[in-house]
Amino acid sequence: MSESAMTDTYERPTSTWKFLLSELKPRGNPWTIFNMISVPTVIVAVVIIVIRFIYGLSAVSNVTQTVPWGLWKGFNVVTGVAFAGGAYVLTFMVYILGLEKYKPLVRVTVLNGFLAYTFYAIALILDLGKPWNIINPIIGNSFGTSSILFLVAWHFMLYIVAQLIEFSPTVAEWLGSERARRNLKRLTIGAVVFGITLSTLHQSGLGALFLMAKGKIHPLWYSDFIPTLFFISSIFAGLSMVIFQGSILQKVFAYQLDKNSDANHNIMIRGLSRVCAIAMFVYFFLKIVDSVHNHTLGYLMTPMGVWYMIEMIGFVLIPMLLFVRGVRLGTPFTIKLASIMTLIGIVLNRMNVSVIAYRWDEIPRYIPTWMEIVVTVSILFIQIWIFRWVLHRMPVLRTMESMTATSQTQ
Amino acid sequence: MSIDRREFLKTLGVAGASLSGASALGKSKPEPDQEEFYAILHDITLCEGCQECEFACAAANNLPEPTDYPDSEVKRKLKPDQYSVINAVETSVGEVYTKQQCMHCAQPACASACLTQAMKKQKEGPVTWTEGKCMGCRYCMVSCPFDVPQFEFDDNNPKIGKCQMCFDKLKEGEVPACVGNCPAEALTFGKRSEILAEAHRRILEDPDSYVDHVYGEYEAGGTSWLNISPVPFEELGFKTDLETKPYPELTKGFLYSVPSVFVLWPALLMGLREATKKDDKEVMEGADHE
Repeated sequence: MSESAMTDTYERPTSTWKFLLSELKPRGNPWTIFNMISVPTVIVAVVIIVIRFIYGLSAVSNVTQTVPWGLWKGFNVVTGVAFAGGAYVLTFMVYILGLEKYKPLVRVTVLNGFLAYTFYAIALILDLGKPWNIINPIIGNSFGTSSILFLVAWHFMLYIVAQLIEFSPTVAEWLGSERARRNLKRLTIGAVVFGITLSTLHQSGLGALFLMAKGKIHPLWYSDFIPTLFFISSIFAGLSMVIFQGSILQKVFAYQLDKNSDANHNIMIRGLSRVCAIAMFVYFFLKIVDSVHNHTLGYLMTPMGVWYMIEMIGFVLIPMLLFVRGVRLGTPFTIKLASIMTLIGIVLNRMNVSVIAYRWDEIPRYIPTWMEIVVTVSILFIQIWIFRWVLHRMPVLRTMESMTATSQTQ
Repeated sequence: MSIDRREFLKTLGVAGASLSGASALGKSKPEPDQEEFYAILHDITLCEGCQECEFACAAANNLPEPTDYPDSEVKRKLKPDQYSVINAVETSVGEVYTKQQCMHCAQPACASACLTQAMKKQKEGPVTWTEGKCMGCRYCMVSCPFDVPQFEFDDNNPKIGKCQMCFDKLKEGEVPACVGNCPAEALTFGKRSEILAEAHRRILEDPDSYVDHVYGEYEAGGTSWLNISPVPFEELGFKTDLETKPYPELTKGFLYSVPSVFVLWPALLMGLREATKKDDKEVMEGADHE
């Protein structure tokens, strides 16, 4: 238990209302470098969003009639969902396979997944032409049941609820309601099973979205197996995010963690690296089989082929080997490097399928405006703000006992 | 789109009872309704590029009149406020004119992509767009093999612009505006089976003037807009690498697997959980965090 933490010293107010108000107040030094960059960026993004809703998408975005989905869909939605895949993989390992040693990672990963999905839904709304009609596929006056996007949208919504249920015991602990915690805890297994099922379907469903774009996506990226490839890559994308995020949290939230935490964390990321390496091998193998089967290897010597090899060798094969090496030698640095390279590889892959290799032959090419980039980054910043706010206050990385240090018996 | 949805719903039911039946159902059956769709034939050998159809289209849909002219140097494109364009193409038989607009596929990718049924295949043949249902997600644009739907990116309440085959006129028994105003009689309107027979008749009777290809007979699984041409369609810039099966078929395998996953996965996951638990007491603790 950490005794030095600044939050350990506060007096817990008796009324829930007062408690909530006190929790809303920012703590710590507000003049950090991260804040000085993120606050102005988000303010600019708000202005851009206002302009977007007054003058239409083309006022801020470069999307065109032939490339109708740009950075907001390609990065914030399609890539972001893959990054949030860690939650279903970890809950599978811990609750289904009973691998208890990964338990310390579950809460923080589920929280991250929940926030990620919520903010990707917001990014999606910004991109919709008529966001007020988003109610249509929900309330049932016009169900497009033959649409992959209909499935993905519903799985998205239901999965956000499932993740909220998975995370809810933490909120109950924070609010000090033991009874609510116990009741919510009973729902966890159901939410986990439901959540894994939904994740399987919408991770692959995001790939299936592009099945009808046959002929529009470069043959090296188009495949009948896009759904399977998206699903498998979401496993190592999600786990790489867990590893990468963990290495940052170990530093930033060191005050919340005990002495053994670093050693434990290294054991956990070694295990996750093994899973990553195996999933990446399967993925790489499938990609090669697919290319041979579809006779697309002939494209490798074209400019798009070189771009494809950069993605597949530089950011799948090499990080896979680095993961193997990191596991063998037990070097956390190698593993962290591998996880960062894997994440870049996933960005490349998802952006390639949805934006870059989509109508690769179209001139002029779609290149996002600085305004699209500012909004994309701001969505991540706001997500990090909330993530940070929760981690400082709720028992996510540490237990309730260590937070209040004194009484709080359960 | 009614066909597709019906098939899909039927499969949902079947998949529950017999999971292996899905692949057999995946094969497309000839649609009895399809022959009853209306269709339009554009005979490129007759078209004079006069743009009367464009002006009629603009008037019928309350759109601005076109201000540019067909020119073989410039490729004119569909726009959110221009549903039909005539292009001049320099070919081996001289300058010919092509007409581009929504092809009104028999089983449209856009309608199967639409999660709100804003895009809908009407039983009369037109693929229509309903403003009140559309979310503006633009998945129809991603899916359309002909790149037809056009989105008003510069509007805060954007519409999708595309040919609706003058659906309102059709319901009143009238022909679409472009067909009714074509002075060269290059456009012919009728039931698809009759129009298709007419196209083949023209090719058979005058094989020297036409290539033996009715564009739209098989493209994208068959469309309600057919073209016949004096030169191969590649030369005209038509897309010739399209699937001959309907585009929604590309997603059927995935859609069929969804109910199976929904039935199998939870059972499998719960089974795995039971199989891997050590003893009851440990699991009770295991289910608790911390």
